[in-house]
Amino acid sequence: MDNELTALGIIFTEFYYWLTVVIMFLIHVGFCMYEVGASRHKNHMHTLMKNTMLIPLVTITFFFFGWWIYFAFPNGPGITGPLLGGDDTAHAVPWSEVMGPHMGGQDELGAGWARINGVFWAAFLLFSWTAASIVSGSVIERIKSTGFWILAVGIGSVWWIIDAAWGWHSAGWMVQILGYHDAYASGVIHAIAGGYALGILFVLGPRIGKFATDGTPRNINPRNPWLVTIGLFLIYTGFWGFYVACNVPMWDIQAGDGVFFSATNIYLAPTTLSGITVNFLMSLSGGLLMGYIVSRGDAFWTYSSGLAGIIAASAGNDLYHPIQAMVIAAVGVVFMYRLHYFVERTFKIDDAVGAVAVHGYAGFFGVVIAGFVLWGYPSSPDTEFASINPLGQILGAIIMFGVLGFLPGWVTAKILAAFDLLRIPRQVELMGLDTAARAEITGDERAIIQAEREAITGGR
Amino acid sequence: MSTGNFENWAGNISDIGPIYPFVGSEVFLWILGLVLWIAWHVIETKRENRTYEEEVRKYGDPENLRRLISEEDPKNP
Repeated sequence: MDNELTALGIIFTEFYYWLTVVIMFLIHVGFCMYEVGASRHKNHMHTLMKNTMLIPLVTITFFFFGWWIYFAFPNGPGITGPLLGGDDTAHAVPWSEVMGPHMGGQDELGAGWARINGVFWAAFLLFSWTAASIVSGSVIERIKSTGFWILAVGIGSVWWIIDAAWGWHSAGWMVQILGYHDAYASGVIHAIAGGYALGILFVLGPRIGKFATDGTPRNINPRNPWLVTIGLFLIYTGFWGFYVACNVPMWDIQAGDGVFFSATNIYLAPTTLSGITVNFLMSLSGGLLMGYIVSRGDAFWTYSSGLAGIIAASAGNDLYHPIQAMVIAAVGVVFMYRLHYFVERTFKIDDAVGAVAVHGYAGFFGVVIAGFVLWGYPSSPDTEFASINPLGQILGAIIMFGVLGFLPGWVTAKILAAFDLLRIPRQVELMGLDTAARAEITGDERAIIQAEREAITGGR
Repeated sequence: MSTGNFENWAGNISDIGPIYPFVGSEVFLWILGLVLWIAWHVIETKRENRTYEEEVRKYGDPENLRRLISEEDPKNP
């Protein structure tokens, strides 16, 4: 920080990530509105609080151990090397001085980490909230808050950050060996969260009345479509911050002699903000256009398809041509929409908001398709790493959705169910989760009306 | 006297490291945080289970459930 150019670079990067955090906050506002809009009147407050309280729980646990996992686990451990420690994790352990306000002077890590560590942590944390919030919507109206919050900590502060260490860290073993490429988190956030939700849903079971006695699914439609609409628009808005947070804003990408500063993706490979902005909008459009067609104009699915379109193209949106992004998004929407209804009918899965489809199936598709479209591209500036290839991406998608998503979700849900911490009592589900709170409100209202009547006749 | 590891902003700023108070207590603070986090889950779990038990006891008889569900029926005036 002792010359203007260095200081400018560091402070610009600090401000850049700070801004992404603020924008990404809107994702969570959107998820809350969306879930409340999708739930029935008798469950609104519980649904809202279930999602809201994952914010503090994932935040503190991501501070306590999540951030450390990202820097300790890139080798597996045991696949390309040991569990990392020492200088590799010095800034990320919860007792590190640079986890708090720090001027950078005395610290061996220097002014850069001291300034950027906090905002970089926060940007990753907002991804953590997103992963947990994706799961939240699918399980509404019958899960115990206790169980959900334990599951939320699991996906938000453990499982997704392990997959980030493996497939998103610039030295992650999946990038090195498989040539895994997932620039805007089709698999790293969306496929894993969708797989985790599916694992839970298998154990949790459907809401009462979701399936007829012959197994035919019934639609439990959103009770407030306008709130759902605003929620999804806010998620779109927050997604801009998500995309930008996946980049490094300014990095010397010139190999060998010379200097060339550019924005990079998370793997420190070159990209441009301009390019990803066009691709974001084109994949959103491809998703919306196809969603309208396959759902025959259903608003809920059309909006969700816009999101699914972005997710389907996200793995390669740093490199695709905009029209490629649009087409991939559209095909991804067909895939996730058809698969949603197939799984619902076949396995009697009640995914209340279609989160497994929009995030899980579209994310899985996005990772796989990038392997074919970007076949032979370098996965990293490191020339020793494997290049992008279909097999690596297929294996990567299976690891994200199945190994780190579905499996931990299913196992954790089984354990919670064994301790009766997963599903609410049947009577509570029938009466609604807000029954006691509503009775209290009604009692207060009646007491106030009674007091007002008495005031007319001279009482107090 | 200062709870921080500096008493003024004079001198070379780059010599200052952490600017929060009680530098050196980080491991203790981490353990404290873990304990509070676990305690929160324990309290919340007990409270939620108790709430459901009370709700089932107060409102869970079949007659009351039928009444509550009929209130949801859009055909119900």
